Amino acid sequence: MEASDVRRTLSRLRVEQVLGAIVAVLLLYLVVDLLRQLVTGTLSTSTLQQYLWRGIVVGLIYGLAGIGLSMTYSILRFANFSHGDLLTTGMFSGWSAAYVIAGFGAYNLGNLLLVRPNNDPTPGAVGMAIDSQPVAILGGIVVAALFTVAIALAADRLVYRRLRKQSSIALLIASVGVAFVLRYLIAFVFTRSNRAVPASAPETTLDIGIASTTVNLHEMTLVVSAIVLMVGVHLMLQHTKLGTSMRAMADNRDLAKITGIPTERVVLATWVIGAALAGIAGYLIVLNTGTITYTRGWTLLLPVFAGVILGGIGSVYGAILGGLIIGIVDEVAIIWLPNEMTMAAAFLLMIFILIFRPQGLLGGVETA
Amino acid sequence: MTDESDDVGEDGAGPREQDSRGPLSDMRTTVREYTDRITEWMGERSRWKADALVVLSALVLVYALITLLAYGQGLDMNGIVNTLVRLTFLMAAYGLLVLALNLHWGYAGLFNIGVAGFMSVAVFTLAFVSGGQGVGLGYPIWVGMIAGMVAAAALGLLAALPALRLRADYFAIVTLGIAEIVRFTVKSDWVDDHRVLGREVGLGAGSSIQVPSAQEYVLKLFTEDGTSRADPTFVGAQLFELGSWFGIDRPTVMSAGYALLLVVAVLLAYVLLSRIAYSPFGRVLKAIREDEGAAQALGKPTSRIKIYSFVLGCALMGLGGMLWQASRFTVAADAFMPIVTFYIFVALIVGGSGSNAGSIVGGIAFVGLLLQGPRMLPRVINEQWESVPEGTNTIYEAVTALGGADIMPLIGYSIANIDLLQRLFVGVVLILLMLYRPDGLLGHRKEVAAATDLSRPEGETDD
Repeated sequence: MEASDVRRTLSRLRVEQVLGAIVAVLLLYLVVDLLRQLVTGTLSTSTLQQYLWRGIVVGLIYGLAGIGLSMTYSILRFANFSHGDLLTTGMFSGWSAAYVIAGFGAYNLGNLLLVRPNNDPTPGAVGMAIDSQPVAILGGIVVAALFTVAIALAADRLVYRRLRKQSSIALLIASVGVAFVLRYLIAFVFTRSNRAVPASAPETTLDIGIASTTVNLHEMTLVVSAIVLMVGVHLMLQHTKLGTSMRAMADNRDLAKITGIPTERVVLATWVIGAALAGIAGYLIVLNTGTITYTRGWTLLLPVFAGVILGGIGSVYGAILGGLIIGIVDEVAIIWLPNEMTMAAAFLLMIFILIFRPQGLLGGVETA
Repeated sequence: MTDESDDVGEDGAGPREQDSRGPLSDMRTTVREYTDRITEWMGERSRWKADALVVLSALVLVYALITLLAYGQGLDMNGIVNTLVRLTFLMAAYGLLVLALNLHWGYAGLFNIGVAGFMSVAVFTLAFVSGGQGVGLGYPIWVGMIAGMVAAAALGLLAALPALRLRADYFAIVTLGIAEIVRFTVKSDWVDDHRVLGREVGLGAGSSIQVPSAQEYVLKLFTEDGTSRADPTFVGAQLFELGSWFGIDRPTVMSAGYALLLVVAVLLAYVLLSRIAYSPFGRVLKAIREDEGAAQALGKPTSRIKIYSFVLGCALMGLGGMLWQASRFTVAADAFMPIVTFYIFVALIVGGSGSNAGSIVGGIAFVGLLLQGPRMLPRVINEQWESVPEGTNTIYEAVTALGGADIMPLIGYSIANIDLLQRLFVGVVLILLMLYRPDGLLGHRKEVAAATDLSRPEGETDD
């Protein structure tokens, strides 16, 4: 290569290409370092497996919550900042129902309805575990979905529908208002204490031919429910008329309208599906974290957003993939970073992806 | 000025009007008629006079209300004045931050919801640069404050890089992410133990640390060593004497001095930003906000101008953060939760983005009516009501009491949780503003670029 060629290539080099190269080198280094740690034994394979599994569990929740966020973004065209508080809504309504189902008659109804605000009765006493009270736990899922849908539809009727023709930023700001109302209403009703909700998770030993592993049944409930729902959404989008309409509307709103797609009905379906998944995600994550507070949904919103953006906002599969990546990065980063900084690494990853690939990993095709 | 006059025709037949029915819409039309008449009347005055008038009337209104509440709390003269001083301090702090945010969102159209992060960076830089005793470099406070502003500006520069290629809502999430990254970093033990220039960084790992404050300069004007018990200086002696005539004690006089410093800072920021807004630079900013493509087509260096304004706004946010959060001489990472940003944003929306005077009015109205006012209510009720109802432990007990037609426990419960209701109220106000008055009280969103008013005369519409 001649000197002039080199100079020409250099002058064509853009800032993001340089930055991209640096990030690529850094990632390569991390992979090599991971291999080194595995080979030298600083990091055992089982520990890494454990990190990955925890990442997948949390990532599935991010993905599940992200589907709704991504749908509202592609069909209603705004970043819904009240989505995190829809998670909180599902969290409290679902566990309230689960407690009432499990402990009705035996304990003070107020304490059950408000999910033990005075730390009474204990989760163990009520038997809040999937093996002793499967009906209560699964019933909670259903109530979480229904109640969250009701709240989301009410918010749409009262606020978002009147702003349909406004800019996406106007809707975003209004959604911040809705988030405030929901969050502090929940705090007002359920008190602001942080309390344990499910009893300690039952475990069982699973024999798969040669190997046997111990499985945490609450994590399994979470993982199985999340995967079933994701497959359900996939089938709905690909094989039903509603799914086709939704994808059409995400693609081109006006074209969808003149083709005769009842857009308001599609919007309604978007809220129903998105809010139901958000409510369930909020309910399920308690099986993993063990406690609830009224701010939990809000703190989850940013990683969920990060996942959705990473995967490509507007793409449902992107939301799932992005959620998983954020969850895994958050857990695996602990190999290199102190505990408090792992989420910062996940956010940083989101920002980098936005710089190099603003449409996200699976974005570009803005079809659900 | 012809700024607002074209709002009249626009609002009268806007699409927002169509879906309204019932008595509420009548009320809204009446309210809008009045506000339009006021804006029209002000349009005839010069910009400065009109701005000053609006700010002053908002100020008088809020002062009157808070004085009433403070009096209702049964406070004496000193207590009332102290409340007002605290109020002024907060209003000025919010005013400064809202002005900075207005430069981002109101003028450049950059939707920054990471304000708390930029404040935090400045405050902790100040703590490191000017802090003494084992941690920090021990430079004078003013050096620390400049360093803090530079740090906030540098972070702003870093954040502005993705801003140039992202849509507004993506950018919003990026800034929120940056603010949270800052908070996590400050909270980290690892950073706390890290050493820079041979000194432990010592950002507290989440717990409170000491931070030097510009307040020290002000306090030393009053007394020898800045504490209220020390010997007063000449100026201090005069002012303390003046205060004692009205029954106002020394600490109150001294904090009034610091509040005054913040008010001066707001005025300076206002002058600076107004100069910018009405300069060619500011016109390009507004052009970018309205239609970036068009501004680019006219050969304006839109990217560079966006970066400049973003960085300047971030530096101002840093200044606001340092003047506000360092004033207690201690600070913790969690003083910069995202809710701080959202409060500032609500204040901006209340005042009307795109207007500097509106930003100040927004700060005043927000602090007075949404933040401090409601929080004073429980003590007023306690003072005025002989037998304040006992608050129940949970809402369940209160609601079951309702079954026996006893509303008192619910009232008691509400009073006990007034801070939650206050935040809920902020959300309601934000929603109502977006529904009925998205331009805020004084939004300048539609400005006539031509020297003469080209809008249609009143009453004439397209159809």
